[in-house]
Amino acid sequence: MRVEALLLLGLAVFFTITGTVYWFTSYEQAGTLMLIGSALLGLLPGAYYFWWSRRMEERTEDRDDAEVAEGAGTVAAFPGSSIWPFVLGVGLALTAVALVLGIWTAVPGIALVISALVGVTVESRRGGTV
Amino acid sequence: MTITQERAPGAAGAPFAGEVLPDHDEGPSGLLKWISSTDHKVIGKNYLYTSIILFFISGIMAMLIRAQLSQPNSSLISFQQFNELFTMHGSLMLYLYAGPFAFGGLANYVIPLQVGAPDMAFPRLNALSYWLYLSGSIIMVSGFLTAGGAASFGWVGYAPLSSVTNSPGTGPDLWIIAIALTGFSAIFTAVNLITTIFYLRAPGMTMFRLPIFTWNMLVTAILILIAFPVLTAAMVMLFADRHFGTHIYSVAGGGVPLLWQHLFWFFGHPEVYILALPYFGIVTDILPTFSRKPVFGYKGMVFATMAIAGLSTGVWAHHMFTTGAVLLPFFSLLSFLIAVPTGIKFFNWIGTMWRGQLTFKVPMLFAIGFLFAFLMGGLSGVLLASPPIDFATHDTYFVVAHFHQVLFGTAVFAAFAGFYYWYPKMTGRMLREGLGKAHFWVMFIGFWLTYVPQYVLGLRGMPRRIAVYPSGLGWTFMNQLSTIGASIIALSFLFMLYNLWVSWAHPIPAGDNPWDAGTLEWWASSPPLHHNFVNLPRIRSERPVWDANHPEHDKAHRPSAIARMAAMSANGQTGGNGHAGGNGQAGDGTTGSPGSAGAH
Repeated sequence: MRVEALLLLGLAVFFTITGTVYWFTSYEQAGTLMLIGSALLGLLPGAYYFWWSRRMEERTEDRDDAEVAEGAGTVAAFPGSSIWPFVLGVGLALTAVALVLGIWTAVPGIALVISALVGVTVESRRGGTV
Repeated sequence: MTITQERAPGAAGAPFAGEVLPDHDEGPSGLLKWISSTDHKVIGKNYLYTSIILFFISGIMAMLIRAQLSQPNSSLISFQQFNELFTMHGSLMLYLYAGPFAFGGLANYVIPLQVGAPDMAFPRLNALSYWLYLSGSIIMVSGFLTAGGAASFGWVGYAPLSSVTNSPGTGPDLWIIAIALTGFSAIFTAVNLITTIFYLRAPGMTMFRLPIFTWNMLVTAILILIAFPVLTAAMVMLFADRHFGTHIYSVAGGGVPLLWQHLFWFFGHPEVYILALPYFGIVTDILPTFSRKPVFGYKGMVFATMAIAGLSTGVWAHHMFTTGAVLLPFFSLLSFLIAVPTGIKFFNWIGTMWRGQLTFKVPMLFAIGFLFAFLMGGLSGVLLASPPIDFATHDTYFVVAHFHQVLFGTAVFAAFAGFYYWYPKMTGRMLREGLGKAHFWVMFIGFWLTYVPQYVLGLRGMPRRIAVYPSGLGWTFMNQLSTIGASIIALSFLFMLYNLWVSWAHPIPAGDNPWDAGTLEWWASSPPLHHNFVNLPRIRSERPVWDANHPEHDKAHRPSAIARMAAMSANGQTGGNGHAGGNGQAGDGTTGSPGSAGAH
């Protein structure tokens, strides 16, 4: 977890420096703002990971002497086949296209989005751990 | 149905501890499988085939453009059609082929295998990414079917040309919607990749044992998170300007047209590296395999990747030098600096091949082709980083030749290197070597013939994006050469299509590890089972499969290796893997004679 945290914090440091230099050499708002945003993108998850990396036991994938057997047990829970991502994707696309072609494509679009949201939720509850 | 993936402890002393309980619930088959699967391998293949089809569609557009330009005063297609064609050629290649082929296709398929994971971290989000990508692609291409034609303001969509007065019609609107949808798809894929790499690695697979392809995809995914939200926001604002009466990019209401360029290129330049870093990673996986050596300077490669990614976000305005409204020294300096980590990469690639036992299989040929093509494109890029040279060549064919060489090097040579490399893993079938080599050499010749004349054309002052040019300017012959080259490139893909057909009709089984490669994806069967691995090898380096298959080169336990060599010299022959707790397949000794595969 430490390397991951340092990677993201390094991002934050880099963009803080670049953003500061850029602001004081150009006084251009748009670029400076985007550089600050990029610094925050590294800082927020990076600080969280760093906070945890000092408090958690090292995971087997963080130790270079870990044996495969130590990773025994549950890896994660993965959903099986599901039609709902397809329904959600088509629904979102139809809804977005309504901005161009007129409101009529939003009607099936929103209906598909809602049914996909319900479908995914029900599927997850029925399936147990997710 | 949710499946809880388990790793069983395995009996003590078993060759490979940590059997993963096999899980053969592959869900429905046929068309329904293609639509409803959440398996990263099915989704990855969907991405690959979709993006290759879009690549061919976009290539046909390029051929029409070249056909129009092959004669002065040509009237093959109208000005409006020409504008639509070059816009959609660029948009399809950059938004819908080069990126999704790498981070949606190859990465989706290969990354979970390389880190030892059963699937991507969020399989249903992964499927949603693909459907947003496919629907976005269909929406963008369907711009051609509208009354006003497709978008025609260039793939960069500069304001105020992209405003509703200058580019009316539904084609541009569909283009904006399509990019927003595929932008979300890219963001979701990036989140998925980062989470998979951070949380689903196999035991012992530390960050500094990840294959370079995985590292590069991690950095690419972070770049996507930096760049794509800016693009999507810029597109939303453009749409608002066009239809909701805002004036963000129009001077009339107090807006700033230049803001579009800042936002677009803050996305656009990292995007160039989003299109390059994955392909660097592919090449960095292929070169060691066919040189029979570990990658030279592993950590140097990782830090060079990070340095390229970091610098790439600080150079966006080198596309805007001629606006006269950006800080030249800052952007010029950072642009020059990118040559340093890229140079480190080239040094390490050559170092990897140096004194290796090279075999020129098809993936290796494409990877070496990438080195030549990218070097040429990169060197002309260093020229363009200098503002005086950029002032002289901006918006000429010199720039066109530069970025086509860069992108052809990465998104074609390296992409098809990866395709030929992982095709046996994805399908369990080999591609024919001879046809693959024919594909490479024909394409390699066509590549130089297409783009070198374009440098000359640029220096002779031919602007980009012109549909006709008069004769007598010395441009005709060079344009004809370029068109002939483009036709040769197009022909070379017939070899690939025929190769795919032959491999499908008369399959040669590939086996699990046809290239004797070292990274973890070659441990799984070809094609891998649902949830990938039955068991995992011990991971002690960035080449766990090589370590398991070649215990005679065991470097992970140097003391025991030294002890074994001492035992060898004592016994006068090559003993097996003598030390306790040895690595898996040992026991009966050597899989190759000590001198055969110079990995040290």
